Amino acid sequence: MKFWRKPLDLAAVRPARGRVVIIEERCKGCSFCIEYCSREVLALSESFNRKGYHFPKAIKPELCVNCHFCEAVCPEFAIFSVEEEAQA
Amino acid sequence: MSAKTAGGAAAAHPPVHPQDHLLRTDRLPHIWCTGCGIGIVFGSLMSAVMKSGLPLNDVAVVSGIGCTGRMAGYIKLDSYHTTHGRALPFATGLKLTRPQGKVIVASGDGDLFAIGGNHFIHAARRNLDLTVICVNNLNYGMTGGQQAPSTPFGAKTTTSPSGSPDQPFNFCALAAACGATYVARWTALHIRLLTQTIGEALAHRGFSFIEILAPCPTAFGRRNKIRNPLDLLRFYYDRSVVKNKISPDQAVMDFQGNLVVGKFVDVAKPTWLDGYRQVNSGQVGEWPEVAAEVPIPEKHLLGA
Amino acid sequence: MAGKEVLTGVHFMDGDEACCEGAIAAGCRFFAGYPITPATEVAERMSRRLPQIGGIFIQMEDEIASMAAILGASWGGAKAMTSTSGPGFSLMMENIGLGVCTETPCVVANVQRAGPSTGLPTLVGQGDMMQARWGSHGPYEIIALTPSSPQEMFDFTVKAFNLSEQYRVPVFVMADEVVGHMSERVVIPPAERIKVVSRKQPKASPDKYLPYKPDADGVAPMATWGMGYHVHVTGLTHDERGYPVMDASAQEQMIARITGKIKKNAAKIISYDAMFMDDAQVVVVAYGISARSAKGAVAAARAQGQKVGLMKLNTVWPFPEEVIADLAGRVRGLIMPEINQGQVVLELERVAGGRCPVKFIGHPGGTIISPRVILAAAQEMLKEAL
Ligand SMILES: Cc1ncc(C[n+]2csc(CCOP(=O)(O)OP(=O)(O)O)c2C)c(N)n1
Ligand code: SF4
Ligand code: SF4
Ligand code: SF4
Ligand SMILES: [Mg+2]
Repeated sequence: MKFWRKPLDLAAVRPARGRVVIIEERCKGCSFCIEYCSREVLALSESFNRKGYHFPKAIKPELCVNCHFCEAVCPEFAIFSVEEEAQA
Repeated sequence: MSAKTAGGAAAAHPPVHPQDHLLRTDRLPHIWCTGCGIGIVFGSLMSAVMKSGLPLNDVAVVSGIGCTGRMAGYIKLDSYHTTHGRALPFATGLKLTRPQGKVIVASGDGDLFAIGGNHFIHAARRNLDLTVICVNNLNYGMTGGQQAPSTPFGAKTTTSPSGSPDQPFNFCALAAACGATYVARWTALHIRLLTQTIGEALAHRGFSFIEILAPCPTAFGRRNKIRNPLDLLRFYYDRSVVKNKISPDQAVMDFQGNLVVGKFVDVAKPTWLDGYRQVNSGQVGEWPEVAAEVPIPEKHLLGA
Repeated sequence: MAGKEVLTGVHFMDGDEACCEGAIAAGCRFFAGYPITPATEVAERMSRRLPQIGGIFIQMEDEIASMAAILGASWGGAKAMTSTSGPGFSLMMENIGLGVCTETPCVVANVQRAGPSTGLPTLVGQGDMMQARWGSHGPYEIIALTPSSPQEMFDFTVKAFNLSEQYRVPVFVMADEVVGHMSERVVIPPAERIKVVSRKQPKASPDKYLPYKPDADGVAPMATWGMGYHVHVTGLTHDERGYPVMDASAQEQMIARITGKIKKNAAKIISYDAMFMDDAQVVVVAYGISARSAKGAVAAARAQGQKVGLMKLNTVWPFPEEVIADLAGRVRGLIMPEINQGQVVLELERVAGGRCPVKFIGHPGGTIISPRVILAAAQEMLKEAL
């Protein structure tokens, strides 16, 4: 389920494959990345980081399209995506 | 510290974020609260600086005091965290001694428009070549959430416990009226547009002003029944309507209705330094140079 | 007026004008200010002179902005200055503190008038001397020079820039209305004979450089904008990296640094002129325009064979503690004339430490102190001491 009613200003979705990287110790658990990943790649992990926050984990990593939106919306510089070489 | 990747591979070192080279990573995590919009705006600013292609030695960031003002402390550039309200005059001196460089002023709504309001109107009037990024979180975040010149009428803050009796400024209208030559407003979730706009503002010659409506869940949201950061971020975004090129005084933020965002002003005008060089090279004649045929208004009206 | 940087030659000019020429000769290329009597002439002349030599003059919206702008200009690499008088000096205080805390070289000329508040805008006062020392909040040390003539307005402004650049601290030229407005002969030497000091620049590479790690002289080299050092400058208590650190030990280290560099070098910074001091039984310690009144009094006393001397303070801050302490043990009394209700005299008393009587002569402003009053006080003191 998406909660926004109008389209977000996401970068045009390319049929690319991405790999999302999480820097757990920087995360403060706001869940912005989880909510705004259009591919529902992410979910809140059950574990805490040293500061006591739940950080995101990739539950469906293969769906990541490297749109970088999680990277842009994260106020903590705790998540980013990189391009994954397409596998034959 | 372990870091998981989507591929499941655990790296021995924390992964390097694409913006780390612009960040003072030895100061992270930063002081901003969970879900504070300042971090999003800061990321957008860094992206715009990178995309601008400006030589990084020639970019300086100046902040006043406040939560937003801490941006200067996290960016790995020449960065100046000044006094409350005085980022603009400091930036004026900095810019005018090195006109070849780019000076970004990043500060809060209270800093730029309450204590620093006088400096703002004059910096805009002079069309100084500065890029001003104002994080409007509708209150004084740093000091725990007091009334600001942006606080909507009726909103609760620690110094307006029954609701703010003041009418807020429309910062974009004020900036334009004072002479700013580039004026835009977005919410913190308009990330791509915001980054693009900051990029344009950096390329603009003259006083550019960008207001970003951003959540302050801790101080503002909590007292106004939107304590969840995500709800606040979404509240501003969902109510926004993009109206580019409209007159900034029509660009109202009505929290019961719509919040107008967009790029409102983008005009070319001589900067302060252009004028300074012009007058000092004797290119400006005697003042006033009135054409002989210009009628004197009173006489004209009297039909004399 | 030619577009020359150093107006070498003999001039007849007022103190405010001489102050400008001193600034320019010292390398000042940025001035931000706001008009105020009796300092307006400084801004006016700077607005003509700086554009001639490629500098920037900007009239700001107030003195708060002026002070902030010169700090910015200094971090942009320029030698920068503002001028003002009491009400404006009050407005500058917070950003003077920023300059102290961030170790930013700059010069503020305060052409003092009588206060408090709007006071006597066109008439002399010396009532901002303690404000110069303590006006911004928190612990710090400052340098304040006190010219007593247009020639000294030139010389001391050059010196103010040099000290400011050398010690990375705002330096005050604490003039007054009479010195600012009186016209006298001012000799401007050839450029090559004017000593000009500029801030130390870092030699270390950006990855090794610690912006607030002082050298042996107590002063850190300064990396300004554009040099590639990407320095963070903050008015929060900070460590040697320039990073904010919120604890008592960081505070102690930072304050030790910003006060230590002045205290440690006080002997080099302090300047005074001694007149008939060797055999003096009573010494008048005076500064600024009151030193000229004192000079008249001392000359008159000597003409009558009375052993009165003059110690003319060219720097009031840092205060010449050692010299005065020594002097107090050798003379029968010290006298200080000031156009205020007793400010620097408090420091004189403290330092004299009861070794000799200290007499204050003053009034709250509007006119200079008559040499006759000083002479009478000196003669009285000589008599009492017998
Ligand atoms: C002269 C002065 N007055 C008051 C303060 C206290 N103070 C610090 S930040 C701040 C308000 C900041 O509000 P804003 O500019 O909106 O920034 P925010 O924290 O909301 O980002 C105040 C009043 C100060 N530092 N200096
Ligand atoms: S890059 Fe895009 S698709 Fe991939 S996790 Fe982030 S937001 Fe989701
Ligand atoms: S957006 Fe950033 S801080 Fe927020 S939950 Fe995701 S990774 Fe953590
Ligand atoms: S108080 Fe508000 S503005 Fe300040 S960091 Fe917290 S959420 Fe952000
Ligand atoms: Mg605010």
